[in-house]
Amino acid sequence: MKIKINKQLYIGLISVLLGLIAGAILMAFTGNNPFLGYSYLFRGGLMNIERIGNTLATATPLIFTGLSVAFAFKTGLFNIGASGQMLFGGLCATAVALTFNIPRELLLPLMMMAAILGGGFWALIPGLLKAKFNVHEVVSTIMMNWIAYWTIYYSVPAFFKGEFLETESRSIPEFASLKAEWLTNLFNGSFINYGLFLAIASVVIIAIILNKTVLGFELKAAGYNRFGAEYAGMRVDTNIVLSMVIAGALAGLGGATYYVGYASNIQIGVLPTLGFDGIAAALLGGLNPYGVMAASIFFGIFHSGKGFMNAMTSIPPEIGDTIIATIIYFAATSVLIERAMAIVSKKVKGEN
Amino acid sequence: MDYIVEMLNIRKEFPGIVANDDISVNLKKGEIHALLGENGAGKSTLMSILFGLYKPDKGQIKVNGQVVNINNPNQANDLGIGMVHQHFKLVHNFTITENIILGLEPKSGLFLNLKEASEKIRKLSEKYKLNVDPDALIENVSVGMQQRAEILKMLYRNAEVLIFDEPTAVLTPQEILELIKIMRNLTEEGKSILLITHKLKEIKTVADRCTVIRRGKMIGTVDVKDTSTADMAEMMVGRVVSFNVDKKEQEAGEIVLDVKDLSVLGSHGVRTLKNFSFSVRSGEIVGIGGVDGNGQTELVEAITGLKKIESGSILLESKDISDYSIRKRITSGMAHIPEDRHKHGLVLDYSLEENMVLEVYNRSPYAKNMFLNKSEIRKHADKIIDDFDVRSGEGPVTITRSMSGGNQQKAIVGREVDHNPNLLIAVQPTRGLDVGSIEYIHKRLIEQRDSGKAVLLVSLELDEILDLSDRIVIIAGGEKVGTVNASETNENEVGLMMAGVGKGDTP
Repeated sequence: MKIKINKQLYIGLISVLLGLIAGAILMAFTGNNPFLGYSYLFRGGLMNIERIGNTLATATPLIFTGLSVAFAFKTGLFNIGASGQMLFGGLCATAVALTFNIPRELLLPLMMMAAILGGGFWALIPGLLKAKFNVHEVVSTIMMNWIAYWTIYYSVPAFFKGEFLETESRSIPEFASLKAEWLTNLFNGSFINYGLFLAIASVVIIAIILNKTVLGFELKAAGYNRFGAEYAGMRVDTNIVLSMVIAGALAGLGGATYYVGYASNIQIGVLPTLGFDGIAAALLGGLNPYGVMAASIFFGIFHSGKGFMNAMTSIPPEIGDTIIATIIYFAATSVLIERAMAIVSKKVKGEN
Repeated sequence: MDYIVEMLNIRKEFPGIVANDDISVNLKKGEIHALLGENGAGKSTLMSILFGLYKPDKGQIKVNGQVVNINNPNQANDLGIGMVHQHFKLVHNFTITENIILGLEPKSGLFLNLKEASEKIRKLSEKYKLNVDPDALIENVSVGMQQRAEILKMLYRNAEVLIFDEPTAVLTPQEILELIKIMRNLTEEGKSILLITHKLKEIKTVADRCTVIRRGKMIGTVDVKDTSTADMAEMMVGRVVSFNVDKKEQEAGEIVLDVKDLSVLGSHGVRTLKNFSFSVRSGEIVGIGGVDGNGQTELVEAITGLKKIESGSILLESKDISDYSIRKRITSGMAHIPEDRHKHGLVLDYSLEENMVLEVYNRSPYAKNMFLNKSEIRKHADKIIDDFDVRSGEGPVTITRSMSGGNQQKAIVGREVDHNPNLLIAVQPTRGLDVGSIEYIHKRLIEQRDSGKAVLLVSLELDEILDLSDRIVIIAGGEKVGTVNASETNENEVGLMMAGVGKGDTP
């Protein structure tokens, strides 16, 4: 077991390294100094306490969507619908925040519950379709993304219209935000919020479910070999639905940390890319919950650092995205890296 | 030199394994030369090299004394080498003629000249006594005729050397006899045959010489008529093998499994099992004999709950279980060694210990308050590993994908027997295993019977059925042909019944 974790870790690190090298070549190709570029990129993400806070705040929803995708993957499902689940979960949390006028201690849990149920419900539908009619979840979750998009598009202006703009909801009151004064102050006024703690807790809980519980054993068995699970008497169809709902609930909660934590309102006509970035985080994290968290924070550095890099040099911020894409490419083709590692280790052994 | 094909000092390495290590095989013109070895010994690799599918790392191939390079199957065909694959490569809704000319269509102008081809095929069929109707559709002819069509395909391409890859696996005993006759006819007409097999009996009846391969190494080439079956087995396995299954006389007890008028729909909505009835009593092994694809799979899936039944009933210890879920059947005392150990038997990416609790992970002591009890799971796995001699790289934490087929199968048998079932269903329990593992698993099945359990054995190997069973139920076309007592029957009778020739039930 130990060896396997280490191998995943090596593959992740090698992918990152190769991605960075590719990025450096690109920077050099556009006539810039890669060392300078990277130093600004990382400084932009990490140079002071406020920027570190922002990096973590950016990473928070990504941890959730990454976890959602990784969990579904482990159980044999490809959840491309984290964006939609996030959007709908965020809408539910926003709706609760704008509707109920109750003390913060009650309101925040209620909002989180609404986000979990909303996201879970959004994934329940593809789960049922897959279990009952064998509709592939890739198709149905993509469709659910757009249903969420248009649901927001019409329901936000109808019920929660913004004060100045038609294209966004009203801002939630301060006491309904996941931001906390002490936390904001601790990080010199950054966007960091309670969402990060929820994310860390979710990572730990999902890791425990997958590795230590009866439920995780059953869900993973169906993911690795559906026929084997059926033969062993597991209820595979029920498990598919349950897996989807858990994945959706994670993404929904991630939506809450984004729309009522990082931001304070919800915009219409935007399908958050975080759902797709979650696939990237899941892959780079080797589908391991802790790996997903590390990958998400790493991507967070890029997202919050690329603006600074662009401001200080003439390197376009798109280079940051390109590097991430390249890293994903290497992580996704990890079989090649594994083979290369096998050849190298064989040679090393042969020489000894 | 009268060798038609010589493969000299062939070596082929795959990552992590030497499949062929310095192997030499010489084929005389007009002989039947058998290639004997266990599964994974390297027979298929060697033949794939001859057929141009792999390039050897070392060694050379000579055809008619000339050194040749064979880079693809077309070149092999041009050199007069043809292969009859284990799984036929035929288009089902084409006629035999159309299948045979595929790739070399005779044309007159823009049009196919089927008539001429059909005539040529008819003549070839007569010459080698193949008894093939060139105008029949493949889907309407028997497996035996499909195989003969494959042979004709080679002859049509003027093959001088024919490679047969495990040709008898899909045939009834009568069809095997016919095939042997055909092979003799072929050699009389000057063709040469390389026969890949692990069945010693066939080699003894048909082959002239035999080359034995064990774990990629050549053990030797022997004249078949001067070598006993036991000696060849010893060469193949590397130790003395016992062929006899020791089984004591025993009276069967109460009925444990009672199947009545069972009908099941196949995957295309066709009824593949029709009004099937039989029973298994405690302390006996009932074998289901039949040619592949005659309803055995559906029968097993219906009994174990993997497939819904259309009508009829399944009684386990007098309780009707036909509506039970798979889990409820398991807890009611049924265990199942599945036909396909990779598809059903194991979660290959799980470790051995995890696979050993695949059906009981949610029960005490393996689960406690929704959490897995890893130390109990480990103990359970250690016990099965000890009891069933399961060998693996890292013991209980070995990922099962990395284990050998024999050890995977032993682990499954161990897991199922460990449930202490009243009814053990074993489907093809020794498929693809080496002789040693087969011996071992047979012993374990008989142990179950001797301790008063009911055992249902489904196998395509007629020898296995005849050796192990107390009673044999023969299935053909989804229907029961009859039941015979193993001690009062023989291969010939069962073979005829497998072909669908009925016989009165003996009680």
